[in-house]
Amino acid sequence: MSATNLIEANDLVKTYISRKGLFGTPTHVRAVDGVTLSVAPATTLGIVGESGSGKSTTGRLLLGLEEPSEGQVQFDGRPMPKLKSNAWRQLRSRMQLVFQDPLAALDRRIPIGTQVAEPLDIHAVGSEKERKDRVETLLQSVGLRRDQASSYPHELSGGQRQRVVIARAIATNPDLLVCDEPVSALDVSIQAQVINLLRDLQETRGIAMAFISHDLKVVRNISDRVAVMYLGRIVEEAPSEDIFRRPLHPYTQALVSSVPVPGTALKDRIILQGEPPNPAARPSGCAFHPRCAVAMERCRVEIPAFVSVEAGRKAACHLVPATSET
Amino acid sequence: MANPAVQSAPVIGATQKMKSKRRFPIFVAIGVVWIVAMVVIALSADWIRPYAITSMDLRNRLSMMGNPAHWLGTDELGRDVMSRLIESIRISLLIAFGATLISAFVGTTLGFLAAYFRGIVEQLVLMLADFQAAMPFLIMSLAVLAFFGSSLTLLICLMGFYGWERYARIARGLAIAASGQGYASAVTQLGAKPSRVYLKHILPNIASTLIVSMTLTFPEIILMESSLSFLGLGVQPPMTSLGNMVGYGREYLTRAPWIMLAPSFVIMLTTLSISIVGDWLRDKLDPTVS
Repeated sequence: MSATNLIEANDLVKTYISRKGLFGTPTHVRAVDGVTLSVAPATTLGIVGESGSGKSTTGRLLLGLEEPSEGQVQFDGRPMPKLKSNAWRQLRSRMQLVFQDPLAALDRRIPIGTQVAEPLDIHAVGSEKERKDRVETLLQSVGLRRDQASSYPHELSGGQRQRVVIARAIATNPDLLVCDEPVSALDVSIQAQVINLLRDLQETRGIAMAFISHDLKVVRNISDRVAVMYLGRIVEEAPSEDIFRRPLHPYTQALVSSVPVPGTALKDRIILQGEPPNPAARPSGCAFHPRCAVAMERCRVEIPAFVSVEAGRKAACHLVPATSET
Repeated sequence: MANPAVQSAPVIGATQKMKSKRRFPIFVAIGVVWIVAMVVIALSADWIRPYAITSMDLRNRLSMMGNPAHWLGTDELGRDVMSRLIESIRISLLIAFGATLISAFVGTTLGFLAAYFRGIVEQLVLMLADFQAAMPFLIMSLAVLAFFGSSLTLLICLMGFYGWERYARIARGLAIAASGQGYASAVTQLGAKPSRVYLKHILPNIASTLIVSMTLTFPEIILMESSLSFLGLGVQPPMTSLGNMVGYGREYLTRAPWIMLAPSFVIMLTTLSISIVGDWLRDKLDPTVS
């Protein structure tokens, strides 16, 4: 991988131990299983997948909010400092998270202006006066009124709350923003506003983004590159337009065909058979083979490697031939 | 303070929120008035006390209530019951407030430490809490006071250990819940130090629960101090407290019941008031109830 990437993750593995009942034997669940990805400055990487595919965990690992069981994350060329160390805390000013549920992410007893100013207080940015001005600029840049600084989270609408969360996240001018399903709790009309806001912020501030979502339309709209996750692994990664126009991996094909297109009947769609995957009981070989329409004998026994298949595209499927170029 | 209760009744068609804002039940009003009166008496005891608590009026021993010189009567040594009652309120409230604050502080601190460090620290705190809950507090106090003798400071500190395990459990549980998801993890994610997360965010959010817990502990501490003083291990003569007065007055229960009845009445009304106000406060501070 090139050195110009803002953040690089190599072979990330996150294992959780779950135990059934009091005397049950503990089982290791690999929520994230060998994820390698990178985000270049001022670009957006979309991460899509079903529930339980490990996309949120990947986001948290990227931010260093959880320590990977294996592998490592490099931010700006340096390895991620230890969780909750001073260096880790300082690094928070350069990477921020936008939450799925903005109401839960805000303290209901504190006016939003104070909450937006909080990262500035924490990282001791500027003087008292400068912080106050900065909060006003921030609120304006996310489309909130200046006088709303004194309102409490419950007095705002869902979209406004998410704007507050975004304003707080960009307060310290971070280089990386991880958005964990930032619009899935919002109305469709408000989703567009928030997405446009994020795009504008990226254009004006050059923020790199990892955009986690299960909504393909939203991901297609905002992402430069898209990584598709299935059961803790990336099965396909490609530029956004390519992956939606011509998906290579059977799982991606199923996902893309599931997006309703206005004016067309719901036919010629690939309907996934079988149950959603359970990370605790991973199928042998390619994890997708029990639900795959074109699975072969080889898929049952051999795990496909995640290799380069075309210029700028990678996939993990025995049916997609690898190319020699990297 | 009592007036809004009268106005609240005829509000018709107002929203649920308006109703709960205006509602100020009569019992709560009485309770608040009583508590305020007790605090005022405790603070101004030195000025409003008609006699010194040790001054004896030997010609008026065991005088009945209603005596113009001694409204609440006198005890077996001719000491004015009202003066002693006023002084007792001061001592008992001092012990109860001091002990409640100590208990809340110790409990909340330990609870937060358990929630932050988890692992061995949490196990230790929980073990101590279980130990405290399993042990009859009165027996433990008796042992400590019998060994070290009784002084007001020791008594306050000892009472301060009463009920801390409840704060510890509440604080730990709520802090773990808060830091697991939501605002606290969001602030941690912003790079805040644990002190900031716990003191500026978690503490104000769980304060209502802790305050209500304090209003539950407060009357219990008054009763505990009364029991210890009644047993002669609490406040020592010539100093006086509510329980101490009840304890020494019991010998004259048939001949001069007023010695014992006045402090009993104060104990009962004060604990009742604080319980009622605490109950009301819990509903007020919990946004899901209103």
